[in-house]
Amino acid sequence: MTEPQYYQKLKTIVSPYLPDDVSVDEIGIDSHFLNELNINSANLVDIVLDVEDEFDIVLENDDMEAMQTVRDAMAIIERKRSS
Amino acid sequence: MDTSEIIKRLPYGEPFVFVDSLLEASEEGVTGHYTFRKQSVIYEGHFKKKAVIPGVLLTECCAQIGLVCLGIFLTAKEDARETAFALSSSEMEYLIHVLPGEQVKVRSEKIYFRFGKLKCKVWMWNAEDKLVCKGVLAGMQLKRGYE
Repeated sequence: MTEPQYYQKLKTIVSPYLPDDVSVDEIGIDSHFLNELNINSANLVDIVLDVEDEFDIVLENDDMEAMQTVRDAMAIIERKRSS
Repeated sequence: MDTSEIIKRLPYGEPFVFVDSLLEASEEGVTGHYTFRKQSVIYEGHFKKKAVIPGVLLTECCAQIGLVCLGIFLTAKEDARETAFALSSSEMEYLIHVLPGEQVKVRSEKIYFRFGKLKCKVWMWNAEDKLVCKGVLAGMQLKRGYE
C-alpha cells in the first residue's frame, strides 16, 4: 500500500471521531490527534481499534502511546504489516 | 476477586452509592442489585407531583454496577489501591419508570477493555423482571486514581 493510500484510509477512520468544530479537511499528515484535532482519549482508543480492524494488525500499549500524529500512525501500521 | 471486595473498593459515598450487592462478577460481566431509597431530596423535584427515579440515576446505577464494578474486577491484578474510572460515553434507552423503594437488577457484558477504555452493554430489570433500560456505556481508567 502506498503512503497516499494509508493516509486516505486513516482519514476515513478518523473522521467520525472528530469534534463538531473540526472538519475532515483539517486532517494533515502531521496533525496531532489530541492536541490539534481535539480528539479525546476515549475516542482515540476507538480509532486505534478501528485501525486494527482495517489493517488486520494487533497494537500494543506502546504503539498506542507512540501514535500521536497521523504520520506516527502510518509508520506503526507499515511496521506492523511488514513484520 | 470476591464480590464483597469489589463493593469495598467502590469510590462512591452517600448519597451517591447505587450498588447494594453483586450476584456475580467475571471477565465477561457483572450482575448486581440496588434498591432505590424510599426517601430522597431528589425525588421532591422529580417530579413535583409524583416521585419517579430520574433517568440519569438509572444510568448512574447501570454505570456503577455494570461498568465500575466490572472495571474494578478486571484491574484487580494491577495492585491498584484505588481503581478509578470516568464515564466517557453513554447511549441509553429507557423503557419503563422506576419508583422510590423499587429494587432493580443490573447486568453488564464487556464489549472490550483495551488501552484503559472499558466499554460494555448494560441492562436493568425491575423486581418483576421487566426491562427498565438498556444501553452501551464506556469509561476511561484514571491512572492516578481520583487525585
